Amino acid sequence: MEYEAVIGMEVHVQLNCKSKVFCGCSTNFDAPANTNVCPVCLGMPGAMPVLNREMVTKSVAVGLALGCTISRWSKMDRKNYFYPDQSKNYQISQYDLPINHDGFLDIDVDGKKKRIGITRAHMEEDTARNTHTLGGGQSGVDFNRCGLPLLEIVTEPDIRSADEAYAYLTELKQILQYLEVSDCSMEEGKLRAEANISVRPVGTEPFGTKTEVKNVASFSGTYKAIEFEIARQIQVLNDGGKIIQETRGWDDDRGVTFSQRAKESAHDYRYFPEPDLVPIVVDEAWEAAIKEGQPELPTPRRTRLIETFGLSAYDAGVLTQTRAMADYFEATAAEVPDAKKAANWIMGDLQALITQEEGDLSTIKITPLQLASMINLIEDGTISGKIAKEVLVDMFQTGNDPKAIVEAKGLVQISDTGELEQMIAAVLEKNPAQVEEFRSGKEKVIGFLVGQVMQATKGKANPKMVNEILRKQLST
Amino acid sequence: MSPWYEKSAFEIREAVASGAVSARAVTESFLARIDAVDAQVGAYTQVWRDEALAQADAVDAKIAAGEPVGALAGVPISLKELICTQAGETTCSSKILAGFQSPYDATVTQKLLADDAVVLGKVNMDEFAMGSSTENSAVQKTANPWDLSRVPGGSSGGSAASVASATSAISFGSDTGGSIRQPAAFCGCVGLKPTYGRVSRYGLVAFASSLDQIGPLTRDVRDAALAMNVISGKDPRDATSADLPAEDFTKKLGASIAGLKIGLPKEYFVDALGSEVRTLVEKATKVLEEQGAEIVEVSLPHTEYAVSVYYIVAPAEASANLARFDGVRYGFRHPDAKNVTEMYVKSKSEGFGEEVQRRIMLGTYVLSSGYYDAYYLKAQKVRTLITRDFDEAFKACDIILTPTTPSTAFAMGEKSSDPLEMYLNDIFTISANLAGIPGISLPCGKSASGLPVGFQLLSKAFDEATLLQTAYCYEQHGGNDLGLPALS
Amino acid sequence: MSTITRSDVAYVAGLAQLDMDEAATERLVDEMNSILDYMAKLNELDTDAVEPMMHAMALTNVFREDEVAPSLPRELALRGAPVHDEEYFMVPKILDAEGGGA
Repeated sequence: MEYEAVIGMEVHVQLNCKSKVFCGCSTNFDAPANTNVCPVCLGMPGAMPVLNREMVTKSVAVGLALGCTISRWSKMDRKNYFYPDQSKNYQISQYDLPINHDGFLDIDVDGKKKRIGITRAHMEEDTARNTHTLGGGQSGVDFNRCGLPLLEIVTEPDIRSADEAYAYLTELKQILQYLEVSDCSMEEGKLRAEANISVRPVGTEPFGTKTEVKNVASFSGTYKAIEFEIARQIQVLNDGGKIIQETRGWDDDRGVTFSQRAKESAHDYRYFPEPDLVPIVVDEAWEAAIKEGQPELPTPRRTRLIETFGLSAYDAGVLTQTRAMADYFEATAAEVPDAKKAANWIMGDLQALITQEEGDLSTIKITPLQLASMINLIEDGTISGKIAKEVLVDMFQTGNDPKAIVEAKGLVQISDTGELEQMIAAVLEKNPAQVEEFRSGKEKVIGFLVGQVMQATKGKANPKMVNEILRKQLST
Repeated sequence: MSPWYEKSAFEIREAVASGAVSARAVTESFLARIDAVDAQVGAYTQVWRDEALAQADAVDAKIAAGEPVGALAGVPISLKELICTQAGETTCSSKILAGFQSPYDATVTQKLLADDAVVLGKVNMDEFAMGSSTENSAVQKTANPWDLSRVPGGSSGGSAASVASATSAISFGSDTGGSIRQPAAFCGCVGLKPTYGRVSRYGLVAFASSLDQIGPLTRDVRDAALAMNVISGKDPRDATSADLPAEDFTKKLGASIAGLKIGLPKEYFVDALGSEVRTLVEKATKVLEEQGAEIVEVSLPHTEYAVSVYYIVAPAEASANLARFDGVRYGFRHPDAKNVTEMYVKSKSEGFGEEVQRRIMLGTYVLSSGYYDAYYLKAQKVRTLITRDFDEAFKACDIILTPTTPSTAFAMGEKSSDPLEMYLNDIFTISANLAGIPGISLPCGKSASGLPVGFQLLSKAFDEATLLQTAYCYEQHGGNDLGLPALS
Repeated sequence: MSTITRSDVAYVAGLAQLDMDEAATERLVDEMNSILDYMAKLNELDTDAVEPMMHAMALTNVFREDEVAPSLPRELALRGAPVHDEEYFMVPKILDAEGGGA
């Protein structure tokens, strides 16, 4: 029998507020254990939560970007369960009135567009972190993470493959980063993805029994875990077995999912409205103000870059991967005659340097204006493209202006015809054998001769002119 | 001259601020009184002798230096065991919090200290404020100072017993379903539950968050107004506290009540009401009528549902509020716990008393899957109806007058076997918590056996000023100064 | 409404993480049934058109600004914990099978 997968994603993203959801403790990730804690986030007797306004603003910003309906009237609820990562043994979350609901996200897999429904995106507090490395049969609890602002984004079961899941996560992450509401670092657990996976015979409606794959540390891991889990479920069914509803972890080394909780007890969370907090009303004015402050999102931006600068879809895709990169590109492109050149330099040499130095586009020393100035030096013939690569490295390291570098290092391209003619004549004189070969029809040897000229000029010779003069002299 | 411990907070503050007496002398007078009588009464769970004297000295130093002093300068007060204090312990009279030292002061604690009150210590209560007799304390028994074989009421029984036995001038309790007003009635003192949101709950260990309020138990109405001036106000740390301009709650004391409409809800004057109580409450009504109030009959038709609503909503909220006592961050952990589940189960089962466990069970049940709509949602809907009753009634009157309790203080052990019977003791006080309105209980005489009887006045939300005005008027003209109980 | 059985009590005790022995279960079955019987009175009322009163005050939108305030010194945070070291609150080793987690 042929099966298809039915997948829904739940993504928890930490919003980058300065303080926690319900108290003034810092959200700094690097603090030593249990130093960003106070009576509120430790659930001390008598302590009370007060909602961080920025949490609401950022959550609504995400909701708007995901095409959600923003709840005019929303509230926080208590979700009751006992676990040592909780400080109150209830989590303040949202149950029946999430701040955002009924949105969508469009993804593109191999050129095929697909709309993934967003069920809801609701606010909640993060839980504490447990460490199991202390020994002595004990676990340690660090409440620094407890109470960090979390948005849980839940999709409809619209995803049909690991590819679609990967595209969804990538697109979602891009949007969150564009909105600057989270840095989405998966290593730091600031973005956590869970997949609810089931399979059903192609052409049938009812959902199969689902498993929930949790605790995967990367998108590629999620991709592999989904692939594995789909195959595993189909295998089980083909062998006449039954899928057990359970939570499964992902073993990245072995490339397998494994059962994490043998029995998934029917959760009875006893949600009820949080009596310590009052309802949240996002009126039209507030919603409009949040909308007003939103940046252009990746999809419209891609379209605009293609239309405005004549970029290929691929280049536009690469350049809009981050808002910083797109901003950088546009700032550079505005200052050069050919935007495509700006695109090539940013995606090529500059990106390579950044990757090599493990830097970040938003913090590098080269400004878009400086990059544009460098590109213009090539355009007006002041330097060659080859020299430009050297100049770029210098700019990257020093932050100096390309003109200043070119002047200081004497890298100005030799474009003086007389000077070049003399140098080329000298090279030809030193290499009579090669000249002979050329004249006997082995034109490939010209590459060697160009090389000799470049060597003699330390690469500063205008390559186009060198070629022309060489051919002229060889043919006489 | 009578000893300082017999004076009202107002008199003490005047005398201290004017230099007529030192705060230390007043404090010593109260400490001596505690030594003399509290062994019998058992109001105090902690006496902060040294800290209190140090606080008193600090007040005296301010006065000596000519600095301004606070509205409760030198007034010896006590705090219910569930109001967080950095000093001493905050145990909620529970084994699970035995020895617990709060790392912070409740907002009310801060305000009291800022206004130069002298904290003598903490007083007993029903464990986690669950009870009407203070018999549910895991720490000790507290007796009614008027009859040591009887309960002081609850859950703020320690507070009421302390004020009645003159071991603190003001005691701060909390009221979730009558926990200030009922013990005030049983012990013959004044007890005010403010409007929900009037006083910050930050640092009040929560029983039922949508019902709890801190309020004063005092010897007279003026002291209650004085205390409200200090503890009221918007607190940025309590999202449910009301953002209202500061108010002087003494401003209408002594003003005439001529023309004031006082409503008697017919549903409160029912057969369950003891005849002695009924007679005294009717007498109190007469006094107010003589002072010019117009007495009208009003109806609160959903009164009979209040107890049911309360015993769904309050345990539901409590079941979540008390989940945090798990032996991880503070409080008791059972020494035999070998794994996480055992840590929870053993610590809670041994740390919480029977009544607390009963209410956690009840609250957990009414929220559990399949029962939420039938119980919790239903109760919250009926709560709306109860609140609407008051809205309607207050269209016809300014103040509602009722008995505080159906009977006088009962004997220790008398009701503790039947939880439902104990719950019904709150029948007259619960509605005010459900509707969020303020209520005050004040003495209106003694029964034939010498036990205090109280009556209750209720007002619209945030109209404590009129409530206090009316109560003060009664106090001035009722001729019911109970004096002090005879304690050897 | 319904009648509480022993298994209901056991289920609720599990949710509440309370240990109910035979005697306590028996007692609670009776007590809870008696209390819930009394509460059945609520069914006399037609509340279909009534909004639940979820909050005691008609307040909305009470927020704090996103500002960092001092945290507790760690010694103070850990002071009341029954078991702790200099850095962590300590609990018996957590096994995955015990559930939880947002």
